[in-house]
Amino acid sequence: MPGRVEIRNIRKAYGSFLALDDVSLDIAPGEFLTLLGPSGSGKTTLLNVLAGFVRPDSGSITIDGAEFLLLPPHKRNLGMVFQNYALFPHMSVRRNVGYPLRLRGVSGAELDRRVEEALGLVQMAHLADRGVNALSGGQRQRVALARAIVFEPSILLMDEPLSALDKKLREHMQLELKRLHDRLGTTTVYVTHDQREALTLSDRIAVVNGGKIVQLGTPDEIYDRPKNKFVADFIGETRFLPVETGASGALLYGRPLRTRDDWKGATGEKPWLVIRPERLRWKGDESQTANRIEAETTDIIYQGDSYLITVRMPDGAELDLRRGPDLGGKDLPERGQPIQLWLDREHTILVADKS
Amino acid sequence: MTMVLNHPGIADADHNADALKRQGSRERRVLASLTLPGAILIFLVLILPIGWLFWLSFFGPSGEPTLENYTRMLKPIYVRTFISTFEVAGLVTLVCVLLGYPVAYLLSQLSERTAGLLMIFVVLPFWTSVLVRTYAWLVLLQRTGLVNTWLIDAGVISTPLPLVHNMLGTVIGMVHVMLPFLILPLYASMRAIDSVYMRAAANCGATPSQAFRQVFLPMSLPGLAAGVALVFVLCLGFFVTPALLGGGRVAMWAMQIANNISVYGNWGAASALGVVLLVVTGIILYVFKRLFRVDSFEGVR
Repeated sequence: MPGRVEIRNIRKAYGSFLALDDVSLDIAPGEFLTLLGPSGSGKTTLLNVLAGFVRPDSGSITIDGAEFLLLPPHKRNLGMVFQNYALFPHMSVRRNVGYPLRLRGVSGAELDRRVEEALGLVQMAHLADRGVNALSGGQRQRVALARAIVFEPSILLMDEPLSALDKKLREHMQLELKRLHDRLGTTTVYVTHDQREALTLSDRIAVVNGGKIVQLGTPDEIYDRPKNKFVADFIGETRFLPVETGASGALLYGRPLRTRDDWKGATGEKPWLVIRPERLRWKGDESQTANRIEAETTDIIYQGDSYLITVRMPDGAELDLRRGPDLGGKDLPERGQPIQLWLDREHTILVADKS
Repeated sequence: MTMVLNHPGIADADHNADALKRQGSRERRVLASLTLPGAILIFLVLILPIGWLFWLSFFGPSGEPTLENYTRMLKPIYVRTFISTFEVAGLVTLVCVLLGYPVAYLLSQLSERTAGLLMIFVVLPFWTSVLVRTYAWLVLLQRTGLVNTWLIDAGVISTPLPLVHNMLGTVIGMVHVMLPFLILPLYASMRAIDSVYMRAAANCGATPSQAFRQVFLPMSLPGLAAGVALVFVLCLGFFVTPALLGGGRVAMWAMQIANNISVYGNWGAASALGVVLLVVTGIILYVFKRLFRVDSFEGVR
């Protein structure tokens, strides 16, 4: 199966700013890999290096074993969906989608058939003769996708393709993108700053920060086993509590803390406990002191699908706790009332400031 | 728990509806009165004179009502002038496009800073009077002018080239005056073409020259059409440069108007010519607007 990408030691500096700091990454054929990071992290630069729009200072990219870095963009044969779609306004939907094929010398019935097929895949066949300015954001996005896949590239690049859509449509398109990927099996490199989108779509996620890949893994690895405070903070609604380490193990506000993995941080590194609202349990063994948190309820917010309860720790730190509307036989706490919370050992994760 | 809004200061809903309506119409009156000085000015200096011109065109030299001012235009001399006006305007516009498009493209691809700097050279001619520039061309192009003297001294030619007092000189002078009118709207529309379209074309497999021809060029057409319409229309009514550099060999509509007043003192005939020029210009702008969906003085819509 074609579509194997090997990125080796790519470096790109803009003056003294290092946009890509020796990035290496292997992408398996057919994989959906997401580059996830905040703006300015280098994720878009890396995508543009792949597409050929940014010339790196050094490094190598091979696709299916062949060196790729020196090819001009128009010879790379990659499909790409741009952030604002970049559909040609002077061409109809049909001509936009047919453009890559016409450049490859496809014409006549063959051209029509393949354009119809690509438009059919994104459910846009009925609007083929519209001008692109007459389309809604979601429709443009579909046409851009059809244009990127119509010439059956072995690799598909997507630069925040859903960021201009509203939330509901975005979530719908995520599902469609996932289905389309399952169907076509094209190696896909997807750039986003939306962690939920990354978790939804990806086979693997590369979390990018400061021009480096800080963690590479499957969505559950990234979410449940973040390597450092940056990754834990960027993914999920994360709060951190400071943890003491002593001879007997980790201590949280003087109470023992049983963690999933032993703290292996270097001396002088301060461990932080990663707490996510949906992982905090509010029922547990009251005789057990380990992994128990005592706090005071400060706010209760009804959010329709759940309650968001904010609690204050003795030292003033605040935590959020999410509860479904079914409270499991327990009443909602009231403001100012003390509350006891438990953390499963499985979800008790310590991270350092830096990995 | 229910809560009743009952505040002594708040009037009932009907009362508010009336007050809101009054507020709205008062606002419209204030805004309308703000446009009044401008509207009066336009009426006094534009609508009124043109209306008067139109009125005059139906009267003969001694004040009798006649259509002769219009029927006279069917004479060969007027028809020839009419055609040659369009030829000159068309030729000047064509040369402006050939020279101006590359300049606008270059400027649009440079950084804003560099482009701003180079733009000074494009608009510099605007800061000098057309008359001065036209005489400057006369100095350069005449039989004993700089260009001919240099060419003879360099041994390229033995007798002076007829560079001025003909069509060539007229076109050179008019192109010089008109070029900024083409470059400015074209540059603005080219700046508005996001570079992502060229990237998208390259990604689709287009070589740089294919991307330029198939994506950039068509996307720049509305701006080009705006510039072309502007230059063409300005050329149709151009007087000073063709009069000085044409040497009597280039007959333009505007010169015909001037002749009717300065030589024959026939205001009616001159008015009729003016009315025809105005109507033709209007038709051309309308056609352009329909063909390219542009407003010639607003650039790209």
